[in-house]
Amino acid sequence: MSELLWLIVALPFAGSLVLALAGKSLPRLAAAMIGVGSVTLSAILMLFVCLDFLHANPAGTPVHQMLWQWINVSGFSPAIAFHLDSVSLTFVFVITFIGALIHLYSAAFMWKEDGFARFFSYMNLFIGFMLLLVLADNFLLLYMGWEGVGLCSYLLIGFWYKDPGNGYAARKAFTVTRVGDTAMVIGLFILFTNYHTLNIQDILQAAPHTWAPGSTIAIITAYLLLGGAIGKSAQVPLQTWLPDAMAAPSPVSALIHAATMVTAGVYLIARTHVLFELAPIVQTTVAIIGAVTLIVAGMSALYQHDIKKVLAYSTISQIGYMFVALGVGAWSAALFHFMIHAFFKSLLFLGAGSVIAVLNNEHNMFKMGGLWKKMPVVFWTFLIGACALSALPLITAGFYSKDEIIWQAYASDKGSIVLWLTGLAGAFITALYTFRMVFLTFFGNAKAEPTYRPGVAMTLPLVVLAFLSFAGGFIQLPDNMGHVTLFSQFIQHTLPTTVTTASGHAAEWIAQVIAAIVSIAGLALAYRIYYNKPFPAAEPVRNPIQRFFFQGWDFDLVYDKVIVQPIVFFSRIDKNDIIDQFYTGLASIAGLFNKGLAATQNGKLRWYAMALGIGAVITLTILLYA
Amino acid sequence: MTIPMEYGLLLAAILFCIGLAGVLVRRDVIFMLMSVEVMLNAAGLAFIVGGAARGSADGQVMFIFILAMAAAEVSVGLALIIQLYQKFKTLDADSASQLNG
Repeated sequence: MSELLWLIVALPFAGSLVLALAGKSLPRLAAAMIGVGSVTLSAILMLFVCLDFLHANPAGTPVHQMLWQWINVSGFSPAIAFHLDSVSLTFVFVITFIGALIHLYSAAFMWKEDGFARFFSYMNLFIGFMLLLVLADNFLLLYMGWEGVGLCSYLLIGFWYKDPGNGYAARKAFTVTRVGDTAMVIGLFILFTNYHTLNIQDILQAAPHTWAPGSTIAIITAYLLLGGAIGKSAQVPLQTWLPDAMAAPSPVSALIHAATMVTAGVYLIARTHVLFELAPIVQTTVAIIGAVTLIVAGMSALYQHDIKKVLAYSTISQIGYMFVALGVGAWSAALFHFMIHAFFKSLLFLGAGSVIAVLNNEHNMFKMGGLWKKMPVVFWTFLIGACALSALPLITAGFYSKDEIIWQAYASDKGSIVLWLTGLAGAFITALYTFRMVFLTFFGNAKAEPTYRPGVAMTLPLVVLAFLSFAGGFIQLPDNMGHVTLFSQFIQHTLPTTVTTASGHAAEWIAQVIAAIVSIAGLALAYRIYYNKPFPAAEPVRNPIQRFFFQGWDFDLVYDKVIVQPIVFFSRIDKNDIIDQFYTGLASIAGLFNKGLAATQNGKLRWYAMALGIGAVITLTILLYA
Repeated sequence: MTIPMEYGLLLAAILFCIGLAGVLVRRDVIFMLMSVEVMLNAAGLAFIVGGAARGSADGQVMFIFILAMAAAEVSVGLALIIQLYQKFKTLDADSASQLNG
């Protein structure tokens, strides 16, 4: 089955192509069949490839599939080739499986919208590029996927292009991530000049022999790759695009801005972990960025009115946890949290999308309320997702994934007590904002009536994702509780094991109890403040501190003042570009000549005859006397 | 008695200048055509004078060429003049100035 790997990637691309070319003439049902069908087929194929990989291949040897040579110029020969190992398989699983569920949901969600086929064409294209990103065996193909998903993100954020605000959000997302991408591509140039290849495995094998640990070049390269990762994964200081990206339709937010694309940075760091291990200072930076981000975004999530903005900041914050895990070398914990987060966060986005849709596009949580009786399926699945996000102990998958990160932040050889405390603080904030959202949306008195009931196509994905959000955790249990290590063993075929210094079950028990208490305390506080309390339809942002958090720590304001406004200022005073004046001058001189010469062409035959005569006289004079 | 070559050439030059002046100052196309004929004949005269001075028949051969060419030129010119008149209802050459730049 593994030889069918290429088909998993090709199907979404084919679907996108068909929809892009023939989408306008297709009826909605056919467009939905192609759009959803291509990804669903990919997901089914992926399950077979997955089984084959696990079954026939217990040692986890990577599968390599060479399709064709892309370029071959004097030693530079990147191929269109796929590399499937446990890390990429995890990503492929999440992308196709959650992708298929979200496509199914979108078919119902977008049914009445204009540009239905266009939507699915973009979505399929996204799945194709994302698979290309995680399966690429060389950095060039990876970069193509990397930019491709950025393009699809841009197209889908601006999907409702008639509102100029959406176009602005799309451009902002594209521009801000481009900052990181530029750093990343410079990093790739450095890798190529040093190794004369872009093949990822070759570079990873050669790097420890070529570069000394802690050498400057390793540090620079790792920092540049990290730049790309923080741009794509919306980490501080490049996180400002993600809250604005919520202008996209909700299924897009679920798929691209929660489950898959924004975790591409996590994939990049995990994939190039050798380079980061060669530059310990950069790996520490990864952990610090993650820790800062999870607090910054968590605090902002506490003050949002828009339900999707809460989830956006929450996504930034949860990816911060993954960065902390990567930074302390807990590779499998990062990927485990990536997978579980993809389950529950896409579930929450789809649930929020359903609520927004049935309330006639109402985003403000303070104008919702009392929905739990009216939308039971959405409520219960949303509640499961919220419990997983807040990491409620024992029953939710989020507990097992997040607890492992928080524990490793302390216990790993690169961990520290500060990271551990930050993780705990983040867990408290997470539980608080999550249940603030649940209580405001589903409890209290109803302020708006649902206009319709979500159909099966919308509720089925919710139920499947809700099941995974609590059952998914049982494939990886801590040492002291069952000690199931299916996932980490699987990942360890590719990534090194986590080195822990702190040992002993007693410490782990204590840490787990503390983590559990912290998240329950967050829930309890949210219950006290927000449960069944009469709030005005829009909670005013009262004092400057609240406004500061509400606006995402004013990063936008600072960037506007420091970067955008000076550039706008310079372009305004230099509107008539000084260098351009010279070239404009040349053009206007040519114009003058043109006018003068055109005047002699007056159409009068006698003038021409006279010019002829004068010319003849002058020529003769020169001939005779020169 | 032979006429000196200079006289003949001078006459040709005067005739040529008269013809050229006619082309430049007359606005009537028929007069312009006639002036062109004068210029052609002036050129022909110069050839004959030159040929006679060297005692060869080349000048007269050239003149016959010019004569043939002038006949063709007149037929084409007259055809153009008829077209011009049909289009503009006038023979003023300056009125046909639509091909200005």
